[in-house]
Amino acid sequence: MTVRERAEYVARTSYGRLLALLAAPTGDILAAEDALGDAFLQALRRWPVAGIPAKPEAWLFAVARNRQRNHFRSSAERTSVPLDVAAHTLRTIDTLDFAAIPDERLALMFVCAHPAIDVAVRTPLMLQTVLGFDAEQIARAFAIPAPTMAQRLVRAKRRIRDAGIPFSIPDRDAMPGRLPALLEAIYGTYAIDWQVVAGPTERESLSYEALALATTLAELLGDQPEVLGLAALICLSFARAGARRSHDGRFVPIDQQDTSRWDATLIARGEAWLHRAHAVGRIGRFQLEAAIQSVHCARSATGTTDWKALRTLSEALVQHAPTMGARVSLAAIIGETDGPVAGLARLDALDDPMVQRFQPAWATRAHLLARAGKPDLARIAYDKAIALSTDPVIRAYLRERIAELPAGQRPSGRGPGRTAPGA
Amino acid sequence: MRYSLLLNNAEPAEGQVSQADLAAFQLAFDKYAKALEAAGVLVSADILKPSTASTTVTLRNGALRIQDGPFADTREKLAGTFVIDVPDLDAALAWAEQCPGAQYGVIEVRPSAIVFQNGKWQTTN
Repeated sequence: MTVRERAEYVARTSYGRLLALLAAPTGDILAAEDALGDAFLQALRRWPVAGIPAKPEAWLFAVARNRQRNHFRSSAERTSVPLDVAAHTLRTIDTLDFAAIPDERLALMFVCAHPAIDVAVRTPLMLQTVLGFDAEQIARAFAIPAPTMAQRLVRAKRRIRDAGIPFSIPDRDAMPGRLPALLEAIYGTYAIDWQVVAGPTERESLSYEALALATTLAELLGDQPEVLGLAALICLSFARAGARRSHDGRFVPIDQQDTSRWDATLIARGEAWLHRAHAVGRIGRFQLEAAIQSVHCARSATGTTDWKALRTLSEALVQHAPTMGARVSLAAIIGETDGPVAGLARLDALDDPMVQRFQPAWATRAHLLARAGKPDLARIAYDKAIALSTDPVIRAYLRERIAELPAGQRPSGRGPGRTAPGA
Repeated sequence: MRYSLLLNNAEPAEGQVSQADLAAFQLAFDKYAKALEAAGVLVSADILKPSTASTTVTLRNGALRIQDGPFADTREKLAGTFVIDVPDLDAALAWAEQCPGAQYGVIEVRPSAIVFQNGKWQTTN
């Protein structure tokens, strides 16, 4: 390993730990980033000459802390504000046991998902500070112009510093109030396609980032069943990522995916997380979603999909978290267990006006109408779903479904395609 | 139906956007326009020069009056237009949501009343 490779390896594996440690005492992430960036530069200059230190993380931490301390001193001199310089005193590298220093990453994650931080920037902030992604990579993953993303990140970090958001882990009483926002920020990364009307395909790359964040959190906060449930959910869902497109790039729905293209290692990891979560014995939304994924994944062993189990889990999920996605998904499952007419009835019962612009609701309706032997109404619903799809692969898939519809009997006196659904 | 996506945002000062940043915005808008084109919904796309390059013309007070600058003196200015042809407002909103300009500005989604095409004024739906 060259010096540069070694430095990059340390940067990749230890960035979040180092940054969290440096930022925690002051709450100033920007200053900590500067100090750490400077330490990495010094490493690239000095390590080739002096050799790679025995404890590279400790070396980087000490150099960055030193740099921070100098900064505090000089600003103290400038403003004559008395500062507790001793609190920032550098311990010598030899006596510094890096592994014994508490891991502040969990506190950093709670800072990123603090209620005072804008919801949209929480995940990007975590990706940058905990995992060390640069603003450009994050912007690409979120399909947002890089300068806009960079500006948002800087603004959020200033806000953390200026508002005095504490680097602390919520205690047992506060945890139930604070944890959902943190889980949501990670889940949102993974579920972005399902929440936004129809996200573009490039966002799929975010699954890697979501998996990394969820795994980190599960390692740091393993006694929380929903944390484990989320890690399981993302593992099990990501395990099927390769099978979501056919070899020629076409969309493949979950129950038609080639199970030999599922990642068995990731499935096993997901099942292990889920097992640990269930052992705690406190059910929640992410564990239910993970269990649903687990039922789908079981097809690789059994060859069939257990729709009854899916229905039970899906009904429980709607009880816990009645999101539009969960309710539409339940209607689709009822379409399998009780037939398309029952599924359509469930869709019709959705009273949220948002359902009119929710692409999965129209795609599900179209599918159920086709199965109920109503090709003309199905065609209308498919057209609507296509109009709401900004992803070309999904549009192509839906067009194929239209092409498969039987000619059917057209309502007399009306042309297809222009009639309002249900008219 | 035809909709105009009207991009409104605060105008950056001269030199405030670096070359690298500019390239990033160009890339984002390039992807967006190509996605609209691939979906077969794009009618036209224009990104406008800063409002300092704007000139207004009026005869409403009887005499010709030509002035420098934009019509409305607002903090956020019209920065571009995407005209799209989609079945309904829901579809127009789905595309507006994907517009890079929505990340830093506000997109006004406004239906065309009538459009002039093939030599006559006509409704688009």
